[in-house]
Amino acid sequence: MRDPSSGMIAFLLPIVLLLIFGYGINLDTTRIRLGVLNEDGGAASQEFVQQLKGSPYLVVTESGHRAALDRLLQDGEIRGYTALEADFSRKTDDPSGTAPLQVITDGTEPNTANFVSAYVTSIWQQWQAAEARDQGRAASQPLDVQTRYWFNPAAESRHYLIPGSITVIMTVIGALLTSLVVAREWERGTMEALLSSPVNRAELLLSKLLPYYLLGMLSMAVITFCAVFLMGVPFRGSVLLLGVVTTFFLLSVLGIGLLISSTTRDQFNSAQMALNVAFLPAVMLSGFLFEIASMPAPIRAFTYLLPPRYFVSSLQTLFLSGNVGSILWPDILFLMGTSALFLSLAARATTRRLDG
Amino acid sequence: MLFNDPDGRRLIFLPVIMQTLLFPFAATLEVRNNTLAVFNEDHGRASYELVQRFSQAAAFTNIIYLTSDREVTEAIDAQKALAVVRFPSDFSRHVEQGQPAPLQLLLDGRRSNSSQIAASYIQEIAGGYFAERGGLRSNEPTSQVMVRHRYNPNLEYTWFILPSLVAIILTIGSLITTSLSVARERERGTFDQLLVSPLTPEMIMLGKAIPSLLVGLGQATAIILGAVLIYHVPVEGSLILLYASAIMYFAALVGFGLLISAICSTQQQAFLGAFSFMMPATLLSGFTAPVENMPEWLQTLTWFNPIRHFIVIVKSIFLKDVPADFVFHHGLPLLIISVCTLTAATVIFRRRLG
Repeated sequence: MRDPSSGMIAFLLPIVLLLIFGYGINLDTTRIRLGVLNEDGGAASQEFVQQLKGSPYLVVTESGHRAALDRLLQDGEIRGYTALEADFSRKTDDPSGTAPLQVITDGTEPNTANFVSAYVTSIWQQWQAAEARDQGRAASQPLDVQTRYWFNPAAESRHYLIPGSITVIMTVIGALLTSLVVAREWERGTMEALLSSPVNRAELLLSKLLPYYLLGMLSMAVITFCAVFLMGVPFRGSVLLLGVVTTFFLLSVLGIGLLISSTTRDQFNSAQMALNVAFLPAVMLSGFLFEIASMPAPIRAFTYLLPPRYFVSSLQTLFLSGNVGSILWPDILFLMGTSALFLSLAARATTRRLDG
Repeated sequence: MLFNDPDGRRLIFLPVIMQTLLFPFAATLEVRNNTLAVFNEDHGRASYELVQRFSQAAAFTNIIYLTSDREVTEAIDAQKALAVVRFPSDFSRHVEQGQPAPLQLLLDGRRSNSSQIAASYIQEIAGGYFAERGGLRSNEPTSQVMVRHRYNPNLEYTWFILPSLVAIILTIGSLITTSLSVARERERGTFDQLLVSPLTPEMIMLGKAIPSLLVGLGQATAIILGAVLIYHVPVEGSLILLYASAIMYFAALVGFGLLISAICSTQQQAFLGAFSFMMPATLLSGFTAPVENMPEWLQTLTWFNPIRHFIVIVKSIFLKDVPADFVFHHGLPLLIISVCTLTAATVIFRRRLG
């Protein structure tokens, strides 16, 4: 704590990271670069191309040559293209005509590819319905889907990714920095000195934990403030519950940090291990970005050991929907479990090192 | 020194193996094994048939039935279901009469990406059902859009993740090892011995860079082998181009690593520096979310991010069989970054010496 960089760690780093994540991680593809190949040139095809161009979600590049669009797709200049073949206008006028519209997407970006096909399909359906009305036929789709996104009406991915980013940032502050700082004390021999002094194990752990716990709580307050007042993420839960969840999350990750440093007793290896054990799982396996339900069963089982999993779920709920007991209480219970687990492992590792 | 330390040696390859085995399975934005809740106030044939179809989708392995508004609220609040489909009591009647049938879809906005995908599945299934019915009833066009996903026909997430993972995992290894190794030697005093030796700063830096490069290439090979043998990701393009660009990428990373270690005097500072660079660089590389979704100013900023350029190259070589000029075009920024960072690092080292 005497280190002058603590202030930077507690305030500057979290804010900068939050801003970068908040603006940088966005899964809503709102401007798709789409190519259009119009080999037909008839009235119907031109109308449809106009419809595509009119969409606020698409930036359309027109071309008469498939090879040119293939090249653009390969270079990543467009994320897909729509091909209207030479008989498009004839087939759309013919009631028995089928499937004159092709969509080719860039499969190397699967999420964007899904958006490309969804946007074009929906514009196509609207256009067909409009055509049918113009020709005095009943629209072929008597379906009226009313979609509502609860807690996040505009379905902005930012709103749930920012609470997730907070988890990643707090994992960094909790686990990585503790592991590094305490590893330095092992390297310098000050830990041994402390252990041989007449303090008991609990007192020692507490003296290591308390400063970092306070630092973590302070950063959490700062980031939450920024997320709500700067980035416009709603906060609908109780601040008290946020404090409880954060406390147990911090105790868990501080436990992981202490465990790592006491196992390696070396800053260099601690840094590597903390990255692999704390940071990467917080990004990949916490449900912050990748849905846990979609993972294979063994990995799903493994995620139950990871404190970030519970923190992501609690934060998303506290920010976006409010105090939902049936989500928050299990999360808090599991976080209590992980803090007990990692802190006791850390305590054992510390004393074992002393004996050995 | 990287190889003398048994802990250090284990830390070079164990994480790579673990990550190659674990993350590709986990990193998916697909919607699978989810729960769909159905609130059916209709009990007609059309709603029954639609529910049957929903239950066959891979996205929903579990269907729960709700009977009241309170249960609907609870199902979404408590995340018992990703989506609730609600059939109003006049649904089937509307369908039979050929009127627009109102179907309500309530989604969990806390997971808006997944719920958007789920919504598009549901609409696709319902649309297909109505198109079939329409086709049975009259001669209306049943045109559907034919979608082809090129380079990755089934939109396999592993095909997207593994090439990116080559870039990400290597970053951690090479950036951290180079940036911390100088600081560690400085703390232990072994760096002073190097400085009094007749080696020039360039030679010292080369001595730091080459082991990292070799370790990195070894890790890269391990992941590429894993990608091909375990996950059956195709390698359409040229391996020579892949390794050539990997070397450029490492030069850029080592450049950043050495620059950080030249500026910092303790391991803690070096780690903080490396991490403050690496964490945004990893997450803003196009790996977690497409670069084109970012605001303009941030897209410009990512030009300095070597990971961003390398991910484009690896992914394109793996899946698209891109020609050499494409690789050169995207490799040029890497080259510029390495030249700048390596020069800056040398200048700072020199100043510290003099």
